[in-house]
Amino acid sequence: MSSDLFVIWPGEPAVNLALWLVIIVVMMYLGRDASHQLLNQTGRSIYRTMRIAAFSLRAWQQTLRTRNQAILQSAGEAQVRRVIEREFVRVNDTIARDLGHYPTLHRQVSDTVSRLEDDYNRAIDTPPSPPAWLEVVNTVASIPRNGDPAAVKILDRIQQTLEGAHRETMDAYIKASRQSHKLLGSMQPLWRQVGADLQKVKHDVESLEERAAVIDEHMTEYQAIRNSSEAAMSKLTSSSLTQFFISGLVLVIAVMGGLINFQLIAMPMSEMVGGTSYIGAMKTSDIAALVIILVEIAMGLFLLESLRITHLFPIIGSMDDRVRRRMIWVTLTILTILATVEASLAYMRDLLALDREALTQTLAGASVVEANFRWIPSLGQMIMGFILPFALAFVAIPLESFIHSVRTVVGLFAQGVLTLLALLARLLGALVQHAFRILVHAYDLVIMVPLSIERLVTRSARSKVQTSSSGANTEVLWQKEESQS
Amino acid sequence: MNKLITLGLVLALTACTQKVPQQRAVYLLLDTSGTYTEELTKAQNILNYLLATLDSGDSVAVARIDSGSFSEKDIIAKVTLDERPSQANQQKRAFKQRMDDYVKSVTRGSRNTDITGGLIQASEYLAETGAGEQYVLIFSDLEEDLAKGHIRDFPITLAGINVVALNVTKLRSDNIDPRDYLKRLARWQERVVTGGGHWQVVNDLERLDQLIASR
Repeated sequence: MSSDLFVIWPGEPAVNLALWLVIIVVMMYLGRDASHQLLNQTGRSIYRTMRIAAFSLRAWQQTLRTRNQAILQSAGEAQVRRVIEREFVRVNDTIARDLGHYPTLHRQVSDTVSRLEDDYNRAIDTPPSPPAWLEVVNTVASIPRNGDPAAVKILDRIQQTLEGAHRETMDAYIKASRQSHKLLGSMQPLWRQVGADLQKVKHDVESLEERAAVIDEHMTEYQAIRNSSEAAMSKLTSSSLTQFFISGLVLVIAVMGGLINFQLIAMPMSEMVGGTSYIGAMKTSDIAALVIILVEIAMGLFLLESLRITHLFPIIGSMDDRVRRRMIWVTLTILTILATVEASLAYMRDLLALDREALTQTLAGASVVEANFRWIPSLGQMIMGFILPFALAFVAIPLESFIHSVRTVVGLFAQGVLTLLALLARLLGALVQHAFRILVHAYDLVIMVPLSIERLVTRSARSKVQTSSSGANTEVLWQKEESQS
Repeated sequence: MNKLITLGLVLALTACTQKVPQQRAVYLLLDTSGTYTEELTKAQNILNYLLATLDSGDSVAVARIDSGSFSEKDIIAKVTLDERPSQANQQKRAFKQRMDDYVKSVTRGSRNTDITGGLIQASEYLAETGAGEQYVLIFSDLEEDLAKGHIRDFPITLAGINVVALNVTKLRSDNIDPRDYLKRLARWQERVVTGGGHWQVVNDLERLDQLIASR
């Protein structure tokens, strides 16, 4: 019925089609300006909207980038600050350990130097040198003995006395020299001790210098992070991504360990809480096993937090040292108890498996055979049950790294998505605008017949106007020439 | 905090929508009439398989089919396995021992075969257990031979019960005309299905694992 409305010439579909085509083309020709305007405006407005959207997305991306940088900067600052603090603690330890004894060392060196000085002074207190005596003895000995015998006797006596005195002096001189040599010899170990003490001081000072150089490096890094330098931020981003993947890998390993642990204690747990009750779709015994594992992980978190290895709970880190130490002992005790419980559960699992195996063999009609070395897997399961909780406790370290790095990674991912969306929005806007331009041309293509006619008419009208205007101009020129002549 | 609560609710809802594994109850009917007593060792194997398959919380009962089977006295042994695995294993051992003792004690078969009575007794027992999956295993040639005066030709209620005929041996008359055998099976199928149960025949005892899968 409704199709009848479009029939102009009944029984002639081709004519109808032609007529409708003509009508449509004429209508489109008449509404050409309005249609062009509509298409152009629509294309332009979509393009502008997309541009605004792209601009907004870019602005969001910038905001996110700034936020990410702030997070990275804050994390980097905190990390380097911790390292610097640690270095200062080491310096403090070095000073307390090595230079704390410096007053004693100083007194020791001073004492040694005083003793050296005394010994030196004692070593230089020697009797006058013998050469002067030697000259006197030679002079007396060289006096001629050809005179008075009494004089000769006197001279001999003088010579003998002088020689005796000279011998005594020489003996005293030799003794004093020996004493000096002895004193100087005893000074040798003192010099060595002074040398060793000074060497120790030198070593201590040098180690401090090395620490100072390391601190300087970290301070430079800290300064670069604070200044948000491109290199520092790039390094932090790269480090964060590495941390994300490494900690993610370790967490996956921890999850595997948790699953093994779960398998180890889930079955024997049904001996404690029953194997027939369910919470949701899960066995209560399975949930109990899961809870034990989660409590172990939580205790591990608290333990590492109390030891200030991780910093997930600032309230624990800022606790009084006495309370914190108490917390360390409490968490360690609970962890040990849980590990012991797990070890016993693992042993019970082995017993249950053994019992089940024996029953199956009985039901199958086979005689129960006692396996040799059955204690080895039992012991292995017990050890695993005891060790795994402690191993899981350390999951706090990769967890912290993962949590910190995931913020950066998610931020980077979101940045990438926003950038991509902005690009897509711009592309889409440009494409739509281009499509609408094509539509305008396609519109003109549909109505090309009337447009061509219009163009012909316009051209002929214009040429007529030009001809008439040029004819009028020629007449005016002729009139001017006639009037001039 | 809100996010944690939402996550908890989602997990709880997910857990609630998942199907909880149901407890199972199995009632094994043993035909002790005529020459079928010779097949009882096979029944022992079936029971052993059942005991190995069933878990804590599941129930199992074994009853004999004799001249008047609608009686508690015909139940040889029944047990609901304890929720502790170690205790359940002990119960299984004890159950097997009672079954072995019973098989040894059977020397001659009963005069008549009241399968319908045993089936009604089984449906009552299974209804009492309240188990999610209920099975009646009929270890018989399905040839009913009622004592004089016993009325069993009425519809029986077996709603939701899986009735499995095991080791349905062919009688001498079946060999002459196999249609008798087929008719016998068809009649029992009709009775079971009309009563709301599910019918199945397993003659190859190696395929028992298709019946009740171990968890």
